[in-house]
Amino acid sequence: MQLGIFTIGDVTTDPTTGKTPTEHERIKATVAMAKKAEELGMDVFATGQHHNPPFAAPANPPVLMGAVAAQTENIQLSTATTLITTTDPVRIAEDYAYAQHLADGRVDLTLGRGNTGPVYPWFGKDIRQGIPLAVENYQLLHKLWREENVNFSGRFRTPLQGFTATPRPMDDVPPFVWHGSIRSPEIPEQAAFYGDGFFHNNIFWNKEHTERMVAFYRQRYEYYGHGSADQAIVGLGGQVFMAKNSQDAVRQFRPYFDNAPVYGHGPSLESFMEQTPLTVGSPQQVIERTLSFRDYAGDYQRQLFLVDHAGLPLKTVLEQMDMLGEEVFPVLRKEFDALRPAHVPQAPTHESLVARHLAGKDPIPGGGPDSQAAKDRAAKAEAAEAAQQDSKK
Amino acid sequence: MTDRRSIAVVTAGLSEDASTTRLARAVGQAASDAVVRGGGQEPEVRLVTLRDIAHGITDAMLTGMVPEPVQAAMDAVLTADALVAATPTYKASYSGLFKEFFDLFDEGALENLPTVVAATGGSPRHSLVLDTALRPLMSYLKALTLPIGVYAATEDWADASLQSRIERAGAALAGMLDAGNRGLAASSAPARPAREVRDEFATVPDFADLLASVQR
Repeated sequence: MQLGIFTIGDVTTDPTTGKTPTEHERIKATVAMAKKAEELGMDVFATGQHHNPPFAAPANPPVLMGAVAAQTENIQLSTATTLITTTDPVRIAEDYAYAQHLADGRVDLTLGRGNTGPVYPWFGKDIRQGIPLAVENYQLLHKLWREENVNFSGRFRTPLQGFTATPRPMDDVPPFVWHGSIRSPEIPEQAAFYGDGFFHNNIFWNKEHTERMVAFYRQRYEYYGHGSADQAIVGLGGQVFMAKNSQDAVRQFRPYFDNAPVYGHGPSLESFMEQTPLTVGSPQQVIERTLSFRDYAGDYQRQLFLVDHAGLPLKTVLEQMDMLGEEVFPVLRKEFDALRPAHVPQAPTHESLVARHLAGKDPIPGGGPDSQAAKDRAAKAEAAEAAQQDSKK
Repeated sequence: MTDRRSIAVVTAGLSEDASTTRLARAVGQAASDAVVRGGGQEPEVRLVTLRDIAHGITDAMLTGMVPEPVQAAMDAVLTADALVAATPTYKASYSGLFKEFFDLFDEGALENLPTVVAATGGSPRHSLVLDTALRPLMSYLKALTLPIGVYAATEDWADASLQSRIERAGAALAGMLDAGNRGLAASSAPARPAREVRDEFATVPDFADLLASVQR
């Protein structure tokens, strides 16, 4: 089980002090969090990508990944999320491969479509084409990381002739890709098609939705022949705030909750906790709630928590991380690993992906010859041919 | 008629004994009575009082997350065979709460749902609110809004013609319920699909088709 944190880099006024960090402070605080995560033995640090205030997340996450890679040894660097719709897939291929080399393979990424409307026109795209953009851009990204002298012609990008993305991925193994979506089933379908991972942010939605998205991804993963449904690679988000006793946690977090971007000035903290996976309470409560995610998502591979938003000061964030790293994660790691059956894989790492590649077991997009998908395609082609023969008669 | 029909009655009335709720119930009741008079089984009339879920509607607006009681109210409409939609007239239009509730529905969710619009107001001078505000909203949602609606000004509550207008609207709605969509099929309007809550997972295109759609 990989356990870690993710940040969206929001620059928000602390409602208890009225103080707003500068962008410089926020950026430095983000690096401090990443270093702290490494110190605490966390497995993953993931950053968002943003192009608009009030966010100080990088417009190109590999910039931050490179800086963190230089100051850490072990932690996996990821994104939450990389905007596959509005970022040129050529730049994603090149920048993440470069970061992967800098970090000695400790890089993966989560692709998302983004939810800020104007970002699309700012980058010359049409938001109504969100899904087709995610489909075409990833198709190209997938190719650029696996082939040299690429020829490409699509709907959204200038064509390529004989193009080789540089640098090549480390050890010829591209960074692992998670596909993130809150509610569009086309995205778990895409993740399953390629045999990639699926990440659900699990924060702004009731668990029934997360459950359906994950179940759908698992079922399609099996259909495309990458393994059984319970072997699919699933990641979840989560959101916590802790204190030794739960009343203190609620008291301290309430002003931040009530004024938070997205859900502030809306539902009460209590009803939000009931409806979503947000847990505000003691470390023990966080452990219990998080273990319960397994009841609806199955045995999964990655759990990331959001701990630094809504104007929480760095000092508080680092204290929260201490509690996660020292009290919560050791128990979660032990419990999740004990519950996981032997045939269910751990989250992929560069080492495991290299081994898979050398064994010739890289997933085949759309499914290998033994998959149900391939059988269905053959049957469909046969039926089409028969129909054509009939019409010729 | 075999299946029991259902009528969702949505009211944006705000007070305990709101005249809007009174009007909405009366139209629903009139439709039900007309079905029974025609020999049909008494329909299920589902009253949806938006006041009771107003906080939840706002939360859903703000967070995109629909609380359970709001989802139940939406499902009551989505799975109904007919709709009565009633609002007080505020500043020459429907109330904000009324609009906010209907804003939560997906595009096309009310397609071909037989609907009677109703409104109350302090003065008969607002009676065109049915045509200037409610009809365009219901048209956008692709509901099958009946030509007859009911507007009740304060003074109408002392006028016997209100009851006869309510009964005419109810009978028109009952006519749409009667014998399924036969009335519809006879006209040029398409038959209304079964009002099941749409399963978006059942219609995900195969990824090969998604890929093909961007190939050129």
